[in-house]
Amino acid sequence: MNEIEKKSVCTCGEIDDNKKKLLEVIVSVNGDKSQLMKVLNAAQEIYGYIPTSAQKTISEELDIPMAEIYGVITFYTRFSLEPKGKYNIGVCLGTACYVKGSQMVLDKVKEILGIDVGGITPDGKFSLVSTRCVGACGLAPVMTVNDEVYGNMDPSKVKDILDKYV
Amino acid sequence: MKSIEELNEIREKTLSEISLRKDRNYTGREKHILVCGGTGCTSSHSKDIIEKFNELIKEHNLDNVRVIRTGCFGLCARGPIIVIRPEDTFYAMSHVDDVEEIFEKHIMNGEIVERLLCKDVDGSVVKSLDELNFYKKQHRIVLKNCGLIDPENIDEYLAFDGYKALEKVLTSMTAEEVIKEVSDSGLRGRGGAGFPTGKKWQFAKDSQDEQKYVACNADEGDPGAFMDRSVLEGDPHSVIEAMAIAAFAIGANKGYVYVRAEYPIAVHRLQVAIDQAREYGLLGKNIMGTNFEFDVEIRLGAGAFVCGEETALMESVEGRRGEPRTRPPFPAVKGLFGKPTLLNNVETYANITQIILNGASWYSSIGTEKSKGTKVFALGGNINNVGLVEVPMGITLREIVYDIGGGIPNGRKFKAAQTGGPSGGCIPEEYLDTPIDYESLSAIGSMMGSGGLIIMDDSTCMVNLARFFLDFTVDESCGKCPPCRIGTKRMLEILERLVNGKGREGDIEKLEKLAMNIKRSSLCGLGQTAPNPVLSTLKYFRNEYEAHIKEKKCPAGECKAMTKVMIDKEKCKGCSLCSKNCPVQAIHGELKSPFEIDQSKCIKCGVCIAKCPFKAISRV
Repeated sequence: MNEIEKKSVCTCGEIDDNKKKLLEVIVSVNGDKSQLMKVLNAAQEIYGYIPTSAQKTISEELDIPMAEIYGVITFYTRFSLEPKGKYNIGVCLGTACYVKGSQMVLDKVKEILGIDVGGITPDGKFSLVSTRCVGACGLAPVMTVNDEVYGNMDPSKVKDILDKYV
Repeated sequence: MKSIEELNEIREKTLSEISLRKDRNYTGREKHILVCGGTGCTSSHSKDIIEKFNELIKEHNLDNVRVIRTGCFGLCARGPIIVIRPEDTFYAMSHVDDVEEIFEKHIMNGEIVERLLCKDVDGSVVKSLDELNFYKKQHRIVLKNCGLIDPENIDEYLAFDGYKALEKVLTSMTAEEVIKEVSDSGLRGRGGAGFPTGKKWQFAKDSQDEQKYVACNADEGDPGAFMDRSVLEGDPHSVIEAMAIAAFAIGANKGYVYVRAEYPIAVHRLQVAIDQAREYGLLGKNIMGTNFEFDVEIRLGAGAFVCGEETALMESVEGRRGEPRTRPPFPAVKGLFGKPTLLNNVETYANITQIILNGASWYSSIGTEKSKGTKVFALGGNINNVGLVEVPMGITLREIVYDIGGGIPNGRKFKAAQTGGPSGGCIPEEYLDTPIDYESLSAIGSMMGSGGLIIMDDSTCMVNLARFFLDFTVDESCGKCPPCRIGTKRMLEILERLVNGKGREGDIEKLEKLAMNIKRSSLCGLGQTAPNPVLSTLKYFRNEYEAHIKEKKCPAGECKAMTKVMIDKEKCKGCSLCSKNCPVQAIHGELKSPFEIDQSKCIKCGVCIAKCPFKAISRV
């Protein structure tokens, strides 16, 4: 068992894979505190959000106070302190999508799922965010479900798309 | 590490393999299928198309056909784009299921698949890329390799004069000469403010310090803008090479590219390019056998618009909250890690290699007296040809909208164009003939901006547009200085009141007063420019503001609180198309007699208006 694996052992005795992945990234920055953003981006990918336990690991390994890490996490919209749904719905509210009516698409998603932007359905299946330009302006207005992009949206198409994931 | 001779050998060998992509008189048996792998086309599944082609080529054992995943061709509205060279056949909006047909007919039998050819806005079939009106008035310097080379193959970049500018600089120029060339070219910062690039380089050179940095701003935050992303996706080496040249000029040995994590494809290709450049010794120590040393590192952002501001960017690169610093000291004196730093935006860098290779006088012959060269715009919104365009400075907005952009869809009328995103302003119809250059755009209350160009038709409410941008800046204000943190919030509250039909007398004056105060007293560019969308819409569409307040009406019919969707009983033929398409089942009626909308259920989405074949439904 190497150093990283030793540190990744959970109280149950098994290796915590997520923690192991995070520690590998931390080791790769070689103690460089200025690379905090890289580590946080990695944590966000690994866990889908940045749990307190991950913040603690980062704090200990990079010797940065928890408060400072929390400050950085809450500053950037890409970092989240709460887990996202299994299917994270994003409706683009970038200017190009907005002038083509993406607000109405967003309203329709809210109505169907019964949640607001930033919310998650009680079963943990869907969460909803409004995004700033996913870069597919040629397909505006655009809605995303995890990595899948749905272009040329209008409110009447929302239900069929969501039904695919129910 | 490769010597200059070895690099030349690679150039020659690769050029012989790929010159058919530029050579229209090529008569050999090779064919290259170029498929766009930019974010737009990737979203419409261009990857599947590439895989299918490769599968078929393998199946038929063809050694003269290659598929290349390129960067953005620009015409994102017709994606996914397939171009077959040397004949330059342009297939648009293809689906993976069409690939077999293209392969059987075009590749195997030399027959063009007419049905899949790109159509121009007027419906005419376009056989080759050059015929398309979209490209006719464009001048590609920054985007010259986008859609032409495989961005993940350094050899292809080398073949089209890649790293020759760096070679010229390292072997035959002094730092002073490089800066003079850049100054003489008249190049100005493409991030939006338009500061002379040569001057910026000179300031950074003049700062005395053992350690200096060059940095590249790829934090393209303007929603609806994707110029920098497309350059990084389509031609990442052009930025790396330019950063190396800048480092040589100012005396730096380390560079940082700050790029949005929301751009995974761009980040990936940039990293591949950096690794390849290192492998060839174009980054690292003793570059091209000289004493020059330089390396580049990527730093990721995480979704904060303010980080496009130079000092906030530096805070973020250093791993902190992206809050702007007070200036002076300016970055050229005290930037990254407290050291002198030169920061340019992606598009600015992408011009550099061409300036060095072709000379300052060539570059300054393009454009207007004070704005030289070209500008890349991300054309979006209510326009037929949504996409990426590069135009010479001095072109008019009318030419961009109608000749390149193909006009406004759905028979609607042009209302305004927004440049500079949330920091910029709108340009109304009467200024369509304004030449696009830094001074002319500022003179009419807009700005060049980084290149977002959103076109709006007459269904757009300008008050609501201002509200949209303020909503954005309130969300993105970092909160460090009160005028921006509190002031923009107060402005947003007033605008929300207006669009909800609750505007009060005196609201316009309050907006104006707040705007002036926020502009004057905010710490950084975000706050100083945040009121611009309000000021410019007030300047040109004041009557719409007044209508919202005095008559509680939205002249464009967009603000839901003040409009109803109604069916004209005279015109309605009772076809039921509206009711079938209504997402909330608010429309009822009997076939062949006029239908009615239940106003309590209607969400005013407008789907019925678009679907009605008799134009019987409208907002009132």
